[in-house]
Amino acid sequence: MKTFVSKNKDNLITYGIVVVAYAVMEILIKAGLISSLMQGLLVPLCAYVILAVSLNLTVGILGELSLGHAGFMCVGAFTSAFFSKITMNVITVTWIRFTLAIVIGFIAAGLIGFLIGMPVLRLKGDYLAIVTLAFGEIIKNVINVLYIGKDSKGLHFSMKDAVALNLEPEGDVIINGAQGITGTPKNSTFTIGVILILITLFIVLNLIKSRDGRAIMSIRDNVIAAESVGINITKYKLLAFALSAALAGVAGVLYSHNLSSLMATPKNFGYNMSIMILVFVVLGGIGNIRGSIISAVILTLLPELLRGLSNYRMLIYAIVLIAMMLFNWAPKAQAFRDRLLDKLMFWKKKKVTVTEKEGGASDER
Amino acid sequence: MSFISYLINGISLGSVYAIIALGYTMVYGIAKMLNFAHGDVIMFGSYAVFTIVSTLSLPTWLGMLVSIILCTVLGITIEAVAYRPLRQASSSLAVLITAIGVSYLLQNVALLIFGANTKSFSSVVSMAPLKLADGGLTITGETIVTISCCIVIMIVLTLFVNKTKAGQAMLAVSEDKGAAQLMGINVNGTISLTFAIGSALAAVAGMLLCSAYPALTPYTGSMPGIKAFVAAVFGGIGSIPGAFIGGIILGIIEIFSKAYISSQLSDAIVFLVLIIVLLVKPTGILGKKIQEKV
Repeated sequence: MKTFVSKNKDNLITYGIVVVAYAVMEILIKAGLISSLMQGLLVPLCAYVILAVSLNLTVGILGELSLGHAGFMCVGAFTSAFFSKITMNVITVTWIRFTLAIVIGFIAAGLIGFLIGMPVLRLKGDYLAIVTLAFGEIIKNVINVLYIGKDSKGLHFSMKDAVALNLEPEGDVIINGAQGITGTPKNSTFTIGVILILITLFIVLNLIKSRDGRAIMSIRDNVIAAESVGINITKYKLLAFALSAALAGVAGVLYSHNLSSLMATPKNFGYNMSIMILVFVVLGGIGNIRGSIISAVILTLLPELLRGLSNYRMLIYAIVLIAMMLFNWAPKAQAFRDRLLDKLMFWKKKKVTVTEKEGGASDER
Repeated sequence: MSFISYLINGISLGSVYAIIALGYTMVYGIAKMLNFAHGDVIMFGSYAVFTIVSTLSLPTWLGMLVSIILCTVLGITIEAVAYRPLRQASSSLAVLITAIGVSYLLQNVALLIFGANTKSFSSVVSMAPLKLADGGLTITGETIVTISCCIVIMIVLTLFVNKTKAGQAMLAVSEDKGAAQLMGINVNGTISLTFAIGSALAAVAGMLLCSAYPALTPYTGSMPGIKAFVAAVFGGIGSIPGAFIGGIILGIIEIFSKAYISSQLSDAIVFLVLIIVLLVKPTGILGKKIQEKV
């Protein structure tokens, strides 16, 4: 009972951090202390936080390595932008259209996640990683050759070029292959982004706390033991994977409705992006949702804060990344840290170990 | 006739993938880690050749030699500084992310030294093209050298692993590090040797790749690196003949899908074939099945 209460409190702190960060940011914007460059970064930042939290569901809670998360984001981005574009003149109330777009992005990415998850979740470890990477690249490549147009007769599809659509003269090319979608309404705002972060957190944190979440974590800890107590491995693996994909789709919706032209390039939806999200998750602590949020924010802002160093900023980013990984994970560095902690907080030591046993151990691996 | 020339091009590209994949597969077999920085070692090797041959106008053989030595040193250094401290880490993801960090680092160092502009790499092969069937079929010197290089490397490496003491030590370490150490094998030294061989192969692959496709940028290595990794998984990661077969098949599929289906979709087709192979045979074509014990 005690752990239950402390866990609830823990979750409330997580929500609290997001709300306080939002409030501080809004005040700073009102006070004119934030540059327009930084303001432009806020919506992508929200999308990255959602991506990091959702990938943590697969990597931290389910314990499977996925390198195709950007692919699901891509699905969410394109389906929702497509929907917004064709209904722009039909549904004129912005918030209804955008809500529907979010729901569509969620469902489409979740569905793709489910379809991909069904065959590939039988694989394990690095093999699963490479197959998810492959799927992410396939999604990106297919969208790059997809042409969809609309005229009075309805929708036209092609995988060749825009001419092959055979549109009427007044017809409109909506998805133009590698040029992507242009003219998506810019509905995403920082406020909507934060609301979506809170919803994502609500879904993920409640899942972790529920019976289903415990079943998923038991699969992570020991598949054979979980199976022998009657847990349906396939069902729970698929549940976590599809939900994670669906939430990545929501991040895609947010991302796409912040851009006037949406293209699937290696930079935004390729494996580099998937890897970047994985870096957020691992650096924030595998399985630690709050850590994911914080590391996503810091690592997105770090290159911007280092902008004054121009060419050196990505170099510094890389060095910081390697140094942090070594410091966090190398057994020798851990031993060194423990010794340092012992010396600094000799009198606090007992207290620390007790709290770790009660609350800390349950949400970290 | 065009079919045969596509096939030869495919085998040639596949040979490059195979050489890179050999490095990947050996490192994976022994250190059980995905070395994401492998592709960037290729890029570094190519820049070394470019600097020595095109900028300093020194002889080609010197450039090749320096490139191989530089990459070998680079590989050993990366392993010792970035990967060795994490070998006993509680999560295997830690070393994966560090490898990604090393990959970013190498790309950005190259970006700072050489700039983002595409450099035109002059071929290290000076062999005249071979004309067959009354000029209907031309095989470039690069193609011939690449394919023969790959075959030689493959044979030498197989002999090395199976016949020499150091090679046997590699096999032992890849099977069980603890037991190998008890038998008096220097585990750290063996792993360093593996990285050294893998990186030297990366240098060779870089030269051959850039001779055939002369555009050199700081990101040249990353996509071939990923493809070679796919090839290694395809053939069964950890297996030397598997990497060879996987690389060749991958190269042929890529060139054929570029020629006959769609150049934009060729990567997607390569990845799709990988997925199908893994779903049918989850450990690759020549991979060993691992029995899970309770």
